[in-house]
Amino acid sequence: MLQIAFGVVAAALLFSAFKVVTTRNLVHGVLWLGLTLATTAAAFVLLKATFLAAMQLLLYTGGVLTLMLFGIMLTARVEGVEVPVESDNRGRAALLAVGVFAVFAWTILNTPMPTAPGAAFSAQAIGASFLTDHLLAFEVLSLLLLAAMVGAIVLARTGDHAPPAGHRPGRRVLPARGTKGDPS
Amino acid sequence: MSLQGFLLLAAALFSLGLYGLLTRRNAVGILASVELMANAVNLNLVAFGRWHGVVDGQVFALFNTALTVAEAAIGLALVILLYRSRQDVLVDTATEMKG
Repeated sequence: MLQIAFGVVAAALLFSAFKVVTTRNLVHGVLWLGLTLATTAAAFVLLKATFLAAMQLLLYTGGVLTLMLFGIMLTARVEGVEVPVESDNRGRAALLAVGVFAVFAWTILNTPMPTAPGAAFSAQAIGASFLTDHLLAFEVLSLLLLAAMVGAIVLARTGDHAPPAGHRPGRRVLPARGTKGDPS
Repeated sequence: MSLQGFLLLAAALFSLGLYGLLTRRNAVGILASVELMANAVNLNLVAFGRWHGVVDGQVFALFNTALTVAEAAIGLALVILLYRSRQDVLVDTATEMKG
């Protein structure tokens, strides 16, 4: 039963990841990425990491995917027109990717691995590990997230579209009446 | 369901991400490929943690997730900045800094 589930998850992961990197339409590519990330959550369930599966769905499939769709739609010039997404070095890239995979596969198959799975961990155990063994890294990570958030806001802010001095928010500036086509 | 199976799956995902990273011209597509590679790393970490019976695998995977989310936020801010100055986000046309 678990073998079948693993097979289904692996097939879905590989197919959707393949579509992510080869689809011509980038919006479709990012939607395939959503399937990849959700299927990874299923793989985490198979690995008995249920807390991580929930976090995967919340953060990746919920957050990152929305961000990416925003990114595409804010930067696509004409709606419906497929932007050119692929370069001319596909052959060399495929060769390199296959080579990297071959090295990985050779190493994985020639290394002695533990055969029996160990214990499964609850969210409580993960939290305890965060706040005891990895406390410093945890705090540094919070700082990093804060810096990233502030940095993203500063980078994406429109500096040259600031309202002029004396502009009162909440009131639209209408063109002055009587400049054109006024009978009087 | 063996450790080797999960590791091979993650290696294949990583290689697909690498292929996308090298062939995409749109900056958002490159970011999506990087997400794919980080996802493969997460799968590796959780699989190792499961078979070695330690909780650290899942903890590191959560660290990696947070880092990737921060990277996506910064990356997309940069993409929007690039679009604002050039009206496109094709990385091979942005060659002003090329020596």
